Amino acid sequence: MTDATVLTKPSDAFSLTKLWYDKKYRSIILQMIAMALLFGAIFYLAGNAVSNLEKLGKTFGFDFLWAPAGYDINQRLIEYDSRSSHFRAGLVGLLNTILIAVCGIILSTIIGFALGVMRLSPNWLVNRLSYCYIEFVRNVPVLVHILLIHGVIVTTLPRTKDALNFGDNFFLSNRGFFTPKPLAEPLFYVVTATFVAGILFAWYYRRGARIKQEKTGQQSPVFWVTLGAIIGAPIVAFIVTGMPLNWEIPELKGFNFKGGLALKPEFISLWLALSLYTAAFIGEIVRSGIEAVSHGQTEAASALGLPRGRTLNLVVIPQALRVIIPPLNSNYMNITKNSSLAIAIGYMDVVATIGGISLNQTGREMECMIIVLGIYLALSLMISSVMNWYNNRIKLVER
Amino acid sequence: MKTFTKAALAVAAFGVVAGNAQAGTLQDVMAKGHVQCGISTGVPGFAFTDDAGNWQGFDPAVCQAVAAAIFGDASAVKYTTTTGKTRFTALASGEVDMLARNTTWTFSRDTDLQFEFTGVNYYDGQGFMVSKDLGVSSAKDLDGASVCIQTGTTTELNLADFFRSNGMSYEAVPIETNDEARTNYTAGRCDIYTTDASGLAATRSTLDDPSAHVIMPEIISKEPLGPLVRHGDHQWGDVVRWVLNALITAEELGVTQANVDEMAAGTNNPEINRMLGAEGDLGAMTGLPKDFGHQAIKAVGNYGEIFERFIGPSTPIGLERGLNALWTQGGILYSPPFR
Ligand SMILES: N[C@@H](CCC(=O)N[C@@H](CS)C(=O)NCC(=O)O)C(=O)O
Repeated sequence: MTDATVLTKPSDAFSLTKLWYDKKYRSIILQMIAMALLFGAIFYLAGNAVSNLEKLGKTFGFDFLWAPAGYDINQRLIEYDSRSSHFRAGLVGLLNTILIAVCGIILSTIIGFALGVMRLSPNWLVNRLSYCYIEFVRNVPVLVHILLIHGVIVTTLPRTKDALNFGDNFFLSNRGFFTPKPLAEPLFYVVTATFVAGILFAWYYRRGARIKQEKTGQQSPVFWVTLGAIIGAPIVAFIVTGMPLNWEIPELKGFNFKGGLALKPEFISLWLALSLYTAAFIGEIVRSGIEAVSHGQTEAASALGLPRGRTLNLVVIPQALRVIIPPLNSNYMNITKNSSLAIAIGYMDVVATIGGISLNQTGREMECMIIVLGIYLALSLMISSVMNWYNNRIKLVER
Repeated sequence: MKTFTKAALAVAAFGVVAGNAQAGTLQDVMAKGHVQCGISTGVPGFAFTDDAGNWQGFDPAVCQAVAAAIFGDASAVKYTTTTGKTRFTALASGEVDMLARNTTWTFSRDTDLQFEFTGVNYYDGQGFMVSKDLGVSSAKDLDGASVCIQTGTTTELNLADFFRSNGMSYEAVPIETNDEARTNYTAGRCDIYTTDASGLAATRSTLDDPSAHVIMPEIISKEPLGPLVRHGDHQWGDVVRWVLNALITAEELGVTQANVDEMAAGTNNPEINRMLGAEGDLGAMTGLPKDFGHQAIKAVGNYGEIFERFIGPSTPIGLERGLNALWTQGGILYSPPFR
């Protein structure tokens, strides 16, 4: 009897072999080993890097960021000159990265949605056109697109002297596209204020309209009121205040156009290439998203008597978006990361400034790369969290 | 904790400095059987590939001389092409043993970037090239121009200083390689190309109509160009330095590729004898064979011959000796004695 007890007991008592044969312990042990290996590897690599740096006699530190950069940057959204610090040069680069990412995301989304809808068109020609575009564009590496567009702009567009002139206001040459630049007069703030007020009013009105519809079933002219508040009112304000806006017209002076706004060939080619390339992927995502909404849904909606526009808005698009948003998120991150190819054509983004020229002129490889790494990580996480927030908002809400 | 953060941060960019930058480069080179030499991506006359696909030019000649001095074989060189931006990382990480690539000797490259310049093989200065039809005659008339510059060079820093101190503005068009600069310049993306005057002459020679472009008289900087190695390995630094000095001294003493074999048998000039190994054993003092000077000169010729062959007045580059003539002939080229 005592023997039997001993035989059944071991499952509770601790024994060494159990460490391996018990599933629970085994997984803990395996995880501990994996962790140990990971940390070991990290420490080995880091130790190596540190000792190599020491051997090279290099110190690790970020003081160089405050020294004058010494070089000029042709495109900048904030004040910068060659006496500014490396930190500021990096900031100029970061803003250029963000600019290209935001512009790229907007344009690629517009083109991508158009492509996706065209792909589903019953019209054979439209459908094939979109199909061919997508197949061609996404099978050529984005770097090739960038170099191609840049090459075309620089070599085929006329030189500054012979720039194409559009009504004496817009000029196109191989040094870029020059447009008038709006200069606000003091009274312009009235227009801005009206615009902000318009947005607030529209938001408030929409909320009221929704509550009213839920209570009484009556619909309000939401679209027209929104349009009037956000666009109409500022236009009225603009006219009433006597159009307080001046335009600075670009003018050919000496070697180059002076004044106005300039879109440089480097910006244009990077922007177009990234947008056109990513749009091909977005097109496919949109198509699959729309196709994922079963046809029965549309039929049910029309059986209920919903007009076609409302069917799209209330039934198809919300359901399609659920499929579209997650892959769209990764494409937005791709645009941001691919924008680092800017360096191939000399667009001064964050890789070209702090991760390029500053790195090279100061010899601080480690520090600069860490900064660049951190920046891309932060940008990606930011995009991701915005998209996740949006995704959660449009998630299926069960009532 | 502090060391931990430092270590953790360091992991990220580990690859950059993974190489071994220790003393003993000469031993490493001998063990692997070739010199790994960093050169430019291509500047006519200074570094180009010949019909057989081998690198030739004013800069590779230094690498070949070093290889000949060590192995008695000028072809024991492997080349790594580097841009203005990648060259220092390539050298610091140990990817290459030496750089011979239109590189300017500056204070911060010597001290902060920790390189050892082993002499000067071309005294240069930064200039501007413009097309004649722009009708500018002085660099002071360049206000508002678009300027092509190679990034990661002294050029871009000098340029910023020059325009700033003259109260002028410009649009910088950054590019990576000389070839790209040429393309952008000919397409008219920039009005001016600026780099070392030697590089301008080299680039001009490849334009469709070189005579339609002028190199302006202003030279805005001093650019002493020379080969360089990593700090901290004095023996290797000495090897490269004295091979270059041998090429210069050879010209001074009249030793040429053609007569070096004969002279190596012994002459009545003791310095020639010491340099070529007929007398004493200077080579052994820095780990080289006795006849290192003989082999180097036999492989590539003396400094004057190299200059003449690749970039001199009889070549399309057409550079005059100017500052780069020997000190005995009105220039400033001067090698310490072989003693
Ligand atoms: N001497 C300057 C400039 C050197 C430089 O980049 N020179 C150009 C033109 S002479 C060059 O070597 N280009 C070769 C390439 O594009 O790889 C420096 O050391 O920073």
